[in-house]
Amino acid sequence: MLLTIWFLLWGILWSVYFLLDGFDLGLGILLPGLGRTEEDRRLIYRVTEPHWDGNEVWLIAAGGVTFAAFPTAYAALFSGLYTPLMLILFALIFRGVTFAFRDQSEDPRWRRLWDTCLFWGSLLPALLFGVAFANLFRGLPYDAEGHFQGTLLTLLNPYGLAGGLLFVLLFCLHGALWLAVKTDGEMHRRAAATARSLWPWLLVLAVIFLLASRRVTRLWDNYFTYPLLLLLPLATVGALVLTCLWMRREAWWRAWFASAGTIAGVTLFGVVGLYPHLIPSSLDPAYSLTVYNAASSPFTLKIMLGVALTFVPLVIAYQTWAHLLFREKVSAAAPEKKLY
Amino acid sequence: MDVVMLSRLQFAVATFFHFLFVPLTLGLSLLIALMETRYVRTGNEEYRRQARFWGKIFLVNFALGVVTGITLEFQFGTNWSRYSKYVGDIFGSLLAIEATTSFFLESTFVAVWALTWDRLSPRLHCLSIWLVAAASNLSAIWILTANAWMQHPVGYVIRNGRAELENFWAIVTQPFGWQIIFHTLTGAYILSGFFVMGVSAYHLLREQHVSFFTKSFRLGLIFALIFSVAEVVQGHLHGAAVARLQPAKLAAMEALWETQAGAPQTLFLIPDEKNERNLVEIGRIPGLLSLLAFHDRQAVVRGLKDFPPEERPPVLLTFLAFRVMVGLGFLFVLLTGLGWLLRDRLLVNPLYLRVMLYAIPLPYLALQAGWIVTEVGRQPWIVYGLMKTKDAVSPIAASQVGVTLVAFLLVYGLLGVLAFYLMAKFAKAGPEPAPAQAGGGE
Repeated sequence: MLLTIWFLLWGILWSVYFLLDGFDLGLGILLPGLGRTEEDRRLIYRVTEPHWDGNEVWLIAAGGVTFAAFPTAYAALFSGLYTPLMLILFALIFRGVTFAFRDQSEDPRWRRLWDTCLFWGSLLPALLFGVAFANLFRGLPYDAEGHFQGTLLTLLNPYGLAGGLLFVLLFCLHGALWLAVKTDGEMHRRAAATARSLWPWLLVLAVIFLLASRRVTRLWDNYFTYPLLLLLPLATVGALVLTCLWMRREAWWRAWFASAGTIAGVTLFGVVGLYPHLIPSSLDPAYSLTVYNAASSPFTLKIMLGVALTFVPLVIAYQTWAHLLFREKVSAAAPEKKLY
Repeated sequence: MDVVMLSRLQFAVATFFHFLFVPLTLGLSLLIALMETRYVRTGNEEYRRQARFWGKIFLVNFALGVVTGITLEFQFGTNWSRYSKYVGDIFGSLLAIEATTSFFLESTFVAVWALTWDRLSPRLHCLSIWLVAAASNLSAIWILTANAWMQHPVGYVIRNGRAELENFWAIVTQPFGWQIIFHTLTGAYILSGFFVMGVSAYHLLREQHVSFFTKSFRLGLIFALIFSVAEVVQGHLHGAAVARLQPAKLAAMEALWETQAGAPQTLFLIPDEKNERNLVEIGRIPGLLSLLAFHDRQAVVRGLKDFPPEERPPVLLTFLAFRVMVGLGFLFVLLTGLGWLLRDRLLVNPLYLRVMLYAIPLPYLALQAGWIVTEVGRQPWIVYGLMKTKDAVSPIAASQVGVTLVAFLLVYGLLGVLAFYLMAKFAKAGPEPAPAQAGGGE
């Protein structure tokens, strides 16, 4: 029971990370396309600035929980996926300092340099997290010792790449919707048009990904064993459809929440399909890391559960308060009041 | 070089760089909170400008601390997977608790604080910087508790081929852990005080913004004075705890080769690791080391030869780093004591101001030296007495670690230069004009 709870919490934490950081990663990717003038680009920075750091902490928490609840899986995964994780890390470093450095000089070349950093620093994590999770769903070549027997190229199979592309599209749509919520006028129109044009591509890719999962992975097994679980992929598809409907009705906030639901749904679809596996081994099912052979001791899991149940609701409360604080739209006409 | 050495170097680069920014975050957040509290209490606009001026520098420093901190969480898994697997039950949970209790709080409220000067009531705005300060310091307490567990593991049991948690309370309350916490936080506060004094001295030497920077200087001075004195007292107790719990580290810190009663303290010596002796020893004070370490002139202090060569830490590095740290610690007491005497006559003592300006890097040096003593002095253990560093490394290729090590050096080098350049730029530019002269906006 405790193991199942932690497995679910693990999946939920990663989903929350993706659905929150997804919008600012997506906006980083859309920056060169949507930010035609310096004024445009400042708007994009202004709608992400108050939130990106708070969102990224969910990654630290998700990573920390992987370490604390399933240390054997954390050790195998992080050392096995050394190169992609280091790429993500460097991308996040450049991305993070961009917010501190970019506006310190008026020089357009300086600003363009950091805009480039933001673009790559957002694209690489979006793509690589997608590739990594798709490969996790598919199974990775881990041996009996829990040592990874592949290379970076092992991950770049068609299913893995489809997962990467799916994440990039999901995050771009999510980011475009956020921008549509937060702006008026020309920028709002451009963001809305982008969101609308991305949606059909996302639908096609999502269908391909779900069908491919049937062939390439064993994710569906759990769903056919417990048909009630099929509500989850259904709800995910429903959220994707609702995103479109609400976009048409110009209900941008709702569309954004539906898109958040889609991202969480895709992640949880995979996680629930994986159960009880954390890392299925593609070499031999017997080498797979599961909640039974990779978890921390029950005592640690209990303490951590107490901490999570106390502090995560608090975090949600004050992060929601911060979101309400920054709820008004930004516009080039209203001047910025920031300290750095 | 093998994968162990490369991973050690990579971790050293990552932690040292991270700790170039962390101490100022810990101390300056508190100082800014004090400044803003004064503003809320008195309504004096100058204190608000103080909080804003130091806040600009703080935010750049904070950003670097955040991005370099992520590296560390990744590295336990990427480079030290055997360690993570063996101690994750304990170490991983402390890290996860740090993230849930502190990182969310500081990252959410640092954005609130930076972006809502015109939106929140002064009280609420002031509360947000207090929350940032509290969260940063709380996060330091958690991560230092984790480090203390690596220095002196308690509250665990070896079960299922790994260290499992048995007594959480023992881990978070162990006295040695609180020694480490106080020692490190105090060091961070000294650094922050010196930083504020140094930047203020720059402007006072030019006789600009005199009232503004005299107030800043005095606040930094009181802070640094209190903590410099506290550090000497606490450092002594900390050393005594090391003598009891990590005798090999103490022997390396003092370059003491022979186990002996009434061990001496030598003012000047050069350790010769290869021949297990000291080349030069000048100024032996008999019994002083025994007295300092065990509060008894006749106490037996274990020498390095008491430990098999493969269980001794690198002597020269540990010894030198310890001397640098202690020497600077006394210098800080001297400088802040002098500052206290001159506190009302700062402007007529340009020499003292100039010394304080150039003293900014010294606490940085002292803190890094302190970490060398702690971490190099713990070798060859990653968890003292429980797991050796060479058994902790990931099953990865040396080439992978080598390439990323070079990447870290380049990227961190570049970002470090940029960050300190920006902080220096803000520091030199001085505070924004007072609202009476200008509109107050930006």
